[in-house]
Amino acid sequence: MGLLSKKDAKLITDPLADNNPITIQVLGICSALAITAELEASIVMSIAVLFVLSVGNVVISLLRNIIPSKIRIIVQLIVVATLVIIVDLVLKAFAYELSKTLSVFVGLIITNCIIMGRFEAFALANAPGKAFLDGIGNSLGYAVILIIVGFFRELLGSGTLLGIQVLGDPIEKTGVYAFGYENNGFMLLAPMALVTVGIIIWVQRSRNTALVEDH
Amino acid sequence: MEHLELFFKSIFIDNMVFATFLGMCSYLAVSKKVSTAVGLGAAVIFVMAITVPLNWLLDTYLLKDGALAWLGPEYASYDLSFLSFIMFIATIATMVQLVEIVVEKFSPALYDSLGIFLPLIAVNCAILGGSLFMQSREIQSVGLAFNYGVSSGIGFFLAILAIAAIREKIRYSNVPPALRGLGITFIITGLMAIGFMSFGGMLTGGDEEEKPAQVETVQVSVEQQTEIANNTKAVE
Repeated sequence: MGLLSKKDAKLITDPLADNNPITIQVLGICSALAITAELEASIVMSIAVLFVLSVGNVVISLLRNIIPSKIRIIVQLIVVATLVIIVDLVLKAFAYELSKTLSVFVGLIITNCIIMGRFEAFALANAPGKAFLDGIGNSLGYAVILIIVGFFRELLGSGTLLGIQVLGDPIEKTGVYAFGYENNGFMLLAPMALVTVGIIIWVQRSRNTALVEDH
Repeated sequence: MEHLELFFKSIFIDNMVFATFLGMCSYLAVSKKVSTAVGLGAAVIFVMAITVPLNWLLDTYLLKDGALAWLGPEYASYDLSFLSFIMFIATIATMVQLVEIVVEKFSPALYDSLGIFLPLIAVNCAILGGSLFMQSREIQSVGLAFNYGVSSGIGFFLAILAIAAIREKIRYSNVPPALRGLGITFIITGLMAIGFMSFGGMLTGGDEEEKPAQVETVQVSVEQQTEIANNTKAVE
């Protein structure tokens, strides 16, 4: 991190673990749970959020002295909605199948609490450069959780990663399937996403007891 | 009948929280006490009852492909649906502001207890999600849209009420320290979602396969089909 001062580097590394937007700040849960049945969708969603959050943070930070505080929520929503429309149109043009899989969840980036939360908590009070780094850091923290959840759900649920069969062929009974292993289709269903995130939180808090809540 | 079916379907089968994970943020943040949970749930029902039919009207008469035909034949070829995100969120933000003013005026106690969360309803995924699902499921009439808004709101209300009650009780249990608070809430929600899946057969009588949460089922169904195909082959 020779390019960045220590303080700036912290803006990026902090949200990756100790101040993770999903497991600690409890923001942006909806999309983290809904689209993680496949790793590819998780990755695309992370990239979309990375774009929207970093650009949006810069825009809001540039406008921060102009926006009257009473109507700031509407201004923020319009900025996010514009960026999300760009993402949506790009996805529809270049990855139509994927945009079908993500369905309304691309639109729901608008109401992804991470974005509004970072606008409110950071971009409104800081210079554009810092806001950009904060956006990158937080969306990477979001991406880490999404990719972990997507990885396990796709691996255990359908035995594939990014659509490639890594555990052998379930129909031809090759690879681990030869030993009687079966895909756990339950992992692909909604409830297991919640449990997976719950377990991630459990592991993280067991390792770092400072994060433990008292009920 | 159509209304009744949609009503129960949106409450139990396509429950906002358990089937589509919408509104999770406020669901997790405001569910520590039953009284605040009830307040937020009621606010969500109210806002959804207004915004979903309003957005339905916007969608049908302004945004859809060919929706502008009522202005004259030369407008019939316009498709403004790419603007729907902005239009929907603007409607929602305005309505939330209105609700905030009304609540502040008539029920200061509720206003105080909801605190910061009332403005946050604007960014509650459940509200925008309701409008977007309304659009993608092609709901037919404004009456059905109203019904969909109210019943989805009730679904959210039920979910947040249930989890708040459980969280109030769980304080007396001996939960592993690292799971306390957020972790156990996630896992309980997962278990509740499994419970709600059992409503899936309610409307179809269990004959057909239900089709909520398109995102999730795509891969499952493909696999199941291959499995079924294999089984039938084996039987033959």
